[in-house]
Amino acid sequence: MATIGIELPQVGESVTEAVIGKWLKQPGDTVEKFDALVEVVTDKVSMEFPAPHTGTLTSIFAAEGDTVPMGAVIAEMEVDKATAEGAASEQQAEAPAPNRVGTLIQGANVGPTGGTFKDTALEEQLANRPPQASLAPDSTPNTAQATGRVYSPVVSRLAAANGIDLATVTGTGRGGRVTKQDVQAQMATGPSTIPAPTQPLTEDSTVGEDRVIQPSPIRRMIADHMVKSVSEIPHAWSTVEVDMTGLVACRTAQRHLFLERHGADLTFLAFTAHAVARALRDNPLVNSSWEDGKICLKGRVNLGLAVAAPDGLVVPVIQDADREGISGLAQRIAPLVERARSGSLTLPDVQGGTFTLNNTGALGSVLGGAIINHPQAAIVTTESIVKRPVVIFGPGGDAIAIRSMMNICLSFDHRIIDGAEASEFMQSFKRELEAWTADSELN
Amino acid sequence: MAEMTVIEAVREALREEMERDPVVFTMGEDIGARGGVFLATEGLLDQFGPERVIDTPLAEAAIGGIALGAAVNGMRPVAEIEFGDFIWPAVNQIIGEAARVRYGTQGRRTAPLVLRVPYGGGVRGGLFHSQSIEVAFSHQPGLKVVAPATPYDAKGLLKSAIRDDDPVIFFEHKRTYRLVKGDVPEGDYTIPIGKADVKRTGTDLTVVSYGLVLHYCLEAAETLMAEGIDVEVIDLRTLRPLDTDTVLESVRKTSKAMIVHEDTKAGGIGGEIAAVIAEEAFEDLDAPVKRVAGPEVPAMPFSPLLEAEFMPSAEKIAAAMRELAAY
Repeated sequence: MATIGIELPQVGESVTEAVIGKWLKQPGDTVEKFDALVEVVTDKVSMEFPAPHTGTLTSIFAAEGDTVPMGAVIAEMEVDKATAEGAASEQQAEAPAPNRVGTLIQGANVGPTGGTFKDTALEEQLANRPPQASLAPDSTPNTAQATGRVYSPVVSRLAAANGIDLATVTGTGRGGRVTKQDVQAQMATGPSTIPAPTQPLTEDSTVGEDRVIQPSPIRRMIADHMVKSVSEIPHAWSTVEVDMTGLVACRTAQRHLFLERHGADLTFLAFTAHAVARALRDNPLVNSSWEDGKICLKGRVNLGLAVAAPDGLVVPVIQDADREGISGLAQRIAPLVERARSGSLTLPDVQGGTFTLNNTGALGSVLGGAIINHPQAAIVTTESIVKRPVVIFGPGGDAIAIRSMMNICLSFDHRIIDGAEASEFMQSFKRELEAWTADSELN
Repeated sequence: MAEMTVIEAVREALREEMERDPVVFTMGEDIGARGGVFLATEGLLDQFGPERVIDTPLAEAAIGGIALGAAVNGMRPVAEIEFGDFIWPAVNQIIGEAARVRYGTQGRRTAPLVLRVPYGGGVRGGLFHSQSIEVAFSHQPGLKVVAPATPYDAKGLLKSAIRDDDPVIFFEHKRTYRLVKGDVPEGDYTIPIGKADVKRTGTDLTVVSYGLVLHYCLEAAETLMAEGIDVEVIDLRTLRPLDTDTVLESVRKTSKAMIVHEDTKAGGIGGEIAAVIAEEAFEDLDAPVKRVAGPEVPAMPFSPLLEAEFMPSAEKIAAAMRELAAY
């Protein structure tokens, strides 16, 4: 038998650290290769990290909630010799001290006589005990609470005192229960239909008080990632208007047929992804990154799509997006976005992105200044498609027409790209989008 | 500030009180030449002599009775019950007599005695050296019951107990003796009996605990901090009289309460605190009060595996905290 360290894998080139979630195996557990070992949270994805080998987990070095750099040894396992020799990484772990409350002394002698009690046989027995199940605290959900619309005393009191109709409050507790925090949030935004309370606020009322929210691990990772991007990358911006009338007509005319033929909805995102991938192929400088003072042109066009998931922004990636037609993209985007929204992205889903497309138009935005997804060279947002009166050149000269217009906004790394290259890319993107007509052939 | 263990803090409090006041003396099984089985009284015999550091027979009824007799006659005995598991023969002397002295004499006499009682499990003590018995005395008006968790609290509270004019049962968790280390100020200081301590402030839920498992609660609270759940942890420190003000103030803030103790659940301190919360803070509650406690078995099991199952752990407590936070 031999002991080998288990390293946290690299999960995408822009990710430098991850937060350790719940350990799914404990020291002493026998693990099969690919058994889920531990949950790992990064700003891109939450994943279950599989055991790299078959063997016995012997030690855990990174506790739940610890932030750990990529490549750090987070645990040790015992494997047979052949496996150990085959394993790429065999370096001994540099183990951080176990994360205990500072006042507890590990291995303190606590025997009844205070000086001599020590039974290593028992300690080994405990260390090797099987996973426990039976006597853990009862975690059966309270079904009565989970099923009905039941209000706790404090929720009822706060709602009554502040004139809040609880039926209109969205519950975030278990089973959709309305929590005290939900009512306080409603109080903070102000009740829309109810007159102000006639009585002065009671002393324990929390109206008007600031509330401090502890960010979730994902929220913190996003925050760190954004700060890193803004502080390292000199951002510059460019916005271009696109006439989407032809594309809109194409989509309207062919949506039905497309669904029948390809089994996927013909979304605007499929069109914009298609167009941006082609524009990236023609403008390799935009599909690059600044690495150690050099510009690295990416060999593939791996298009990241910014998706608003419940926990925060995630960016699943369509690998080789420039090699797909509209149908291929539509078929690949739908399940990917669904996985992103349900929090079930896998590691390959988020790896290797070279450029990011953010469809902020879906949120009603008409102009944006996005932060680049570090270390990529640029990010583009596609804004709302809005019908506007536009001067066009018609058969009888200049005329005013109603056209479906959309802004596309680029944020780019000014170390790599100047305004000229940015404009060239934007014009390519614009040309691709404006090339569609109602009877264009969709492949 | 010196860093010391709980056992060192107890020893220092005893030594300083015996130096300060000549009517303070200590007695118990093996406490003299042996220095006590946990070495709480180590060195005291040499310093204060056999008249003030008295080895007794293995007879808890006698220890309780002698301490009571000395106390009502102007002495301040600090008697050690070697293991809390064996306190029962002294219950008549403690509950039947000592607790009633002030009341029964209309305040003309008091019984200023301290019983130091090592208690609790997690030490491989099995059925006869591991029990949590504090609730039996916490039920009794006329007694004060103290159960510190840290060296700082142990020293300050033991001094207060010795200076108190009423009988104080001073529970020391055996596993904290050498497991818990902390800063203790040099020289004389006291901590008032009957005052809980907010060991960690938080906004999302209130956890009330004492003794060894308080430290597991703090550990679990750290774990949950990383998950975005901010837990307030209250160390009761005194079990009678209960500092209900501190508990209620916290519960009114967080609206969710959990009590954690190693003792079994039914009829435990947790039930009393839950009842106080229900009586006084019902309209502030946003979830049912939760208890994490030892299982319904007659004693701490001897098997190491079963003992580990019996004891609340940071993991079990964290799981319960998550559940309550998500309610």
